[in-house]
Amino acid sequence: MSADHTGLVGALAPGFAHFLVAVAALLVTSIGLAVVGWRARPALAHVARTINRYVLLGVLSLIVLFPIYITVVNSLLPADKIAARPPTLFPTHLLAGGYSQAWTQGHVSSYLFNSFVVTFFIVAGQLVTSICAAYAFAFLDFPLKRTIFVVFLATMMVPFEVVFFTNLQTVVSMGHLPVIGHFLGLDTYGALVVPFLATGFGAFLVRQAFLSLPRDLRDAAELDGYGHLRFMWRVAVPLARPTIAALALFSFFDAWNQYLWPLVVTDHYRTVQVGLRQLSRVSLDQINVTFAGTVLAAVPLLILLLVFQKQLVRGLTAGAVKG
Amino acid sequence: MTAVATPPRRRRRRFRRRTRDMLLGYALVLPSLLVFGTFIFYPFVKNFWLGLYRTPPFPNLPRSWVGLSQYRDVLTSQLFTNSFKVTVEFVALTVPVGITLGLLLAVLAHQRLRGITIFRTIFSSTVVTSVAVASLISLTLLNPQIGLLNYWLGRSGSLSPLDDPKWALVAVAGVTIWQNLGLSFIIMSAGLQAVPDELLEAARTDGAGTWSRFRNVTLPMLSPTLFFATIVGSILAFHSFGQIDLLTQGGPENHTNVLVYAIYRTVFQENNNGKAAVLAIALFAITMVLTLVQLRFLERRVSYER
Repeated sequence: MSADHTGLVGALAPGFAHFLVAVAALLVTSIGLAVVGWRARPALAHVARTINRYVLLGVLSLIVLFPIYITVVNSLLPADKIAARPPTLFPTHLLAGGYSQAWTQGHVSSYLFNSFVVTFFIVAGQLVTSICAAYAFAFLDFPLKRTIFVVFLATMMVPFEVVFFTNLQTVVSMGHLPVIGHFLGLDTYGALVVPFLATGFGAFLVRQAFLSLPRDLRDAAELDGYGHLRFMWRVAVPLARPTIAALALFSFFDAWNQYLWPLVVTDHYRTVQVGLRQLSRVSLDQINVTFAGTVLAAVPLLILLLVFQKQLVRGLTAGAVKG
Repeated sequence: MTAVATPPRRRRRRFRRRTRDMLLGYALVLPSLLVFGTFIFYPFVKNFWLGLYRTPPFPNLPRSWVGLSQYRDVLTSQLFTNSFKVTVEFVALTVPVGITLGLLLAVLAHQRLRGITIFRTIFSSTVVTSVAVASLISLTLLNPQIGLLNYWLGRSGSLSPLDDPKWALVAVAGVTIWQNLGLSFIIMSAGLQAVPDELLEAARTDGAGTWSRFRNVTLPMLSPTLFFATIVGSILAFHSFGQIDLLTQGGPENHTNVLVYAIYRTVFQENNNGKAAVLAIALFAITMVLTLVQLRFLERRVSYER
């Protein structure tokens, strides 16, 4: 591999080509070590294999993280530095100007606020409705229970993308109603929240958790004079906490990441995902503001990932069941 | 609870209690049912009905009943056939690669190694990127003037892949794969953790090598997870909208005009709800087929335990 790049490598920019060559060299060396060591000394082979693994994991981490990393770097650079060639791959300036501009002029602060309000109410609402419905399905008997349960499951078959424009008509006409219109019309928090206040998936998930509780529990609580609501709140919900936590995190992700519905239903009350759409339309000499806004939009979920990794994994894995 | 005959007073009390339980049951499911009725079932039924009327070319004209002919017209139109083709291509580009990469990362991270949790966190990190965040990141990476990827691929100053009819869908698919890599990794890791160590240990004592263990033990045990991920991934990919809206707006020349984007455009650019309703029903039918396949094959084809 000489310095003059020819053929396929030649088409690539020099920095990138060097990177590829360096990675290839590292891998070849450590694989070579492993093969040689395997013949000569097992202990050496073990070391080489370990190095191999770290190199491979490290390279893959770099590739996965690179887009995020470069966005953070670019958010700290002045706009003309971002466009410079060869590119700046490390933060040289640590300019927070992009952030303050995104926060105020870019309206990211109000986008984030809207997203927090909407997400909070969706998550809280989904937890309440799911727990209530799940309790009814698991602990109460009433005519048509099975049918109603099937109705709950059937909601999972109708994706929101199929009904969004019909719901838009509903919201528009609700806006014309006397009192409700202020809360449910176009461009209100209500329009962003109310359609998502219940989920069949959540009710199903919590029901499963309730059903796994021992039946004697209810009988014992009844002897102690617990009514259904007290039993639900004091016994069933605390015992199903892992499932409820997973559902809460899943709902949070789902609500926070919504794009299509906030886009069509709001004008003023933009959530941060749709706000990013506005930010993507700024001119190139302010591109660092776009990068800063992008980073800010991802921070809340990043915090959730780092703090609640276990519950989040549960929630997302369970969520994969949902269509 | 007991089958023993109960005295009348207690029976009456039990009857009252049962009525109370019943009412409580209805009260507890009612809020959910109200939301479902208003925002899922009502619009769903209304879609079928909307599809029977042709929206007039100018607002304020009365719409006309055309019956099922609109279904036929729309489903044979160039718009639908193109969107369907593009969406299927998009699914075919994103799902297999996404699952394979997620599995690859999961297998690599599924070993006892000092500091492995750091790598696990890194591999799951793209779950924090929403569609919008991922699209904005890649929009700038692929920008013809300042895009780093463009620069490194030797395409500086020339057309961005997003504006190139040949590459636009591939580029959008690449962004989607990256954005969903974290989720794919998390799901595959969970699947791998469910593979019992004793099985792998037994295979090892039988002299099975690394590849053979993976091929003959891990992969079959993973098949429910893989199947699940395929179906759910396909459903999600069929519903993609955000990345198209932010990256290509359906262009160039409709090469990325996936179904949901076509619906969106029909509603907001053509103001044609009748046509949009038919497209939406087609999207629903596709989703339903996938879900039914999932339910049908889940028990049969897929090995759980031997």
